[in-house]
Amino acid sequence: MSAIRRAAPRAEVTGGGGRMKLIWLQSGGCGGCTLSWLGSEWSALFATLADAGIEIVWHPSVSEASADESLAILDACADGSLPFDVLCVEGSMLLGPGGSGRFHVMAGTERPMIEWVRLLAARARHVVAIGSCAAFGGITAAGSNPTDACGLQYDGANPGGLLGSGFCSPSGLPVVNVAGCPTHPDWVTETLLSLARNEMGREALDELARPRFYADVLVHHGCKRNEFYEFKASAQKGGEQGCLMEHLGCKGTQAHADCNLRPWNGGGSCTDGGYACISCTEPGFEEPGHLFISTPKVAGIPIGLPLDMPKAWFVALAALSKSATPARVRRNATSDHIIPWPRPAKKP
Amino acid sequence: MSRLVVGPFNRVEGDLEVILDVADGRVREARVKSSLYRGFEQILQGKAPMDALVFVPRICGICSVSQSAAASRALAAAMGIKPPDNGRLAANLIHAVENLADHVTHFYLFFMPDFARDCYESQPWWHATSARFKAVTGSAAADFLPARAGWMRAMGLLAGKWPHTLTLQPGGSTHPVNASERLRLLRVLRDFRRFLERTTFGDVLEAVAAIASADELAAWADRHGGSDFGLFLRASRALNLSALGHAGVAFMSYGAYEQEGPGGSRWWPAGVWAGGPALLDPARIAEDVSHAWYADAEAPLEPARGSTLPIADKESAYTWCKAPRLGGEVVETGALARQLVAGHPLARDLVVRDGGGVEARVVARLLEVARLLPAMETWAAALRPGEAFSVEGELPAEAESAGLVEAARGSLGHWLSIRRGRIHNYQIIAPTTWNFSPRDSAGKPGALERALAGIPLGADGRAPVAVQHVVRSFDPCMVCTVH
Repeated sequence: MSAIRRAAPRAEVTGGGGRMKLIWLQSGGCGGCTLSWLGSEWSALFATLADAGIEIVWHPSVSEASADESLAILDACADGSLPFDVLCVEGSMLLGPGGSGRFHVMAGTERPMIEWVRLLAARARHVVAIGSCAAFGGITAAGSNPTDACGLQYDGANPGGLLGSGFCSPSGLPVVNVAGCPTHPDWVTETLLSLARNEMGREALDELARPRFYADVLVHHGCKRNEFYEFKASAQKGGEQGCLMEHLGCKGTQAHADCNLRPWNGGGSCTDGGYACISCTEPGFEEPGHLFISTPKVAGIPIGLPLDMPKAWFVALAALSKSATPARVRRNATSDHIIPWPRPAKKP
Repeated sequence: MSRLVVGPFNRVEGDLEVILDVADGRVREARVKSSLYRGFEQILQGKAPMDALVFVPRICGICSVSQSAAASRALAAAMGIKPPDNGRLAANLIHAVENLADHVTHFYLFFMPDFARDCYESQPWWHATSARFKAVTGSAAADFLPARAGWMRAMGLLAGKWPHTLTLQPGGSTHPVNASERLRLLRVLRDFRRFLERTTFGDVLEAVAAIASADELAAWADRHGGSDFGLFLRASRALNLSALGHAGVAFMSYGAYEQEGPGGSRWWPAGVWAGGPALLDPARIAEDVSHAWYADAEAPLEPARGSTLPIADKESAYTWCKAPRLGGEVVETGALARQLVAGHPLARDLVVRDGGGVEARVVARLLEVARLLPAMETWAAALRPGEAFSVEGELPAEAESAGLVEAARGSLGHWLSIRRGRIHNYQIIAPTTWNFSPRDSAGKPGALERALAGIPLGADGRAPVAVQHVVRSFDPCMVCTVH
């Protein structure tokens, strides 16, 4: 009898000799999701992947293979001679000009990247959109959308995109949308770990196919400005300590992500940085229809109201809490640093 | 004559192809093709000017803050405002965190893994270098990534997150640093200094910054051969990388890191180096599109009047990258250019001796790391918690302005035109637009195209690994190049 019964994560993953082989492509984006991922803090990134049996077969930013070596790998993946498990795609799919995909022809090939993605998606057991560009079109689809940018399985909030609404990978999942601009390192790592452990089913994804482990909550949850939010004590301009929702465009009460529960870069978040959440995990965030850092209102009430309470309650509570704002909170809200702090209780 | 098509290049930021015409076993001509177009200059037209601060960082996930810095400078110039001291220092620090991270990320993850390749197996240094720098599995990546993540805590602290912050505003920073945060920042800087001194250099930063000539560098390399920089210098000497990849053009810097006082002077000054120092006149910058997939103009356009109208089937073109020129001439930009213009004796000696090739570019980058971190320590110490970090400004309905900054990989410029309160035109020239530009209408090749000419092919007739070294020595960022 074996003295030690070893945990066997490698045996749990399938495909390519018990390992989860990963191919990563980049197209109409900035590469920022990869750069963010490399800032992974909770554990050593490459060791974590190795522990989980995840092998990076090709990633444009970290692999040794280049040029003809890279093409040999990608050709073999595309024709099925090199089986792989996960296709991660970062960046928008550029359909233009005129449906030709020629705004991004992959270097070293005559083939538009959208064709490479179609070919490789048909061979992958899972397809993962890394970032809001690959998920929904994202920033590249803003304005006049000069490149006809869209996501893998969405065009903004509309199902479709490059692969079409009916696309389903052999794992039974649609494209997994790790949305965010950029993505938090752990959103990517934990998605890959969940897939490697066969622990990500359809129920683990929300209505937009985002992993629920990070997209169930709102950015507003855990925001350090919550006392100001509760009392509707609002910052009037950038750099002030108050709530950013009423005047400065913050959509933390409407954006799905755990940015204030799972810190960025050691402890930050957009609202910690002193600026609005621009709801970068949501489709269409790139065209809000108003200035990003100013809140559109009707009759003094912000148009976008919190998703975690009934609107009428919010309006009634806002009026009530505004009338009950402590002087300390009101003063700090429009100051660039906290002036009065709560003091220790006086002895009776 | 035959043609080699080399691509996609890994470990450059974005997608890149190089077309080599070869004859007599050498590269006779090179053409550099930037293969991705996204259209930011078109997207920005008609937007509210302040919204540029959301769009432009997303041009690039590695020069994100540089893009924010250029836009905030252009907007500040349009408003006619200047950040208070705290705002200036915070902006310098945020920008320096990114630039320093980019330098070491380039060294550890992008550039050095090529020396771990099997083609160097017969070299006496290969075993050490391969164990250390093998892509993904080498010990350097395992050491460096946690150190880099620790360093980026300075971003969480000062800018909320990285990449893509909105903290940098025309009037300063939206995150006033309190006294406790300033102490944490100093701790982060100190921690990364320890990593650099123990692992990257095996020497104190000030000693590295004081290396004043090629001879002193060689002597330093003999004493510090076990450090990561020492491993590079050993391979570089064996492969004669100082003689590889010269562009043979002038060097340009817009100047980096604002100093106090009027006039907008910069810690590393703006200028040109063409065998000797010269003044930089940004009015002499123009972009030629004769070999790029854009509608032709009658003459190269100064960026304030620039246009970006893609034409994917233009016959004479081979890239999405425009060809910026300074007074009609090709220039090289980057850390080497900055240190030449700033007058560092080592940078000048390397260029005087060898012209400035692969080795000089890499040395200049690490020299900057050794110079920049001590400066950051003084900037952090100079922050005054409790005092203002920003001022407010008003945007005029009509304005023309520019924001010129230095990203890690070189000179980045934004040219902004506001009419009736909206963006009328927004033109961007990124560092790699300069370095990886195509030919212009006079047929002058860009800096990388020159640097690749003459490289001997391998025995198998394939593009040699030297091509990879030369390309990466520029630390290219292709997503910035074409935006």
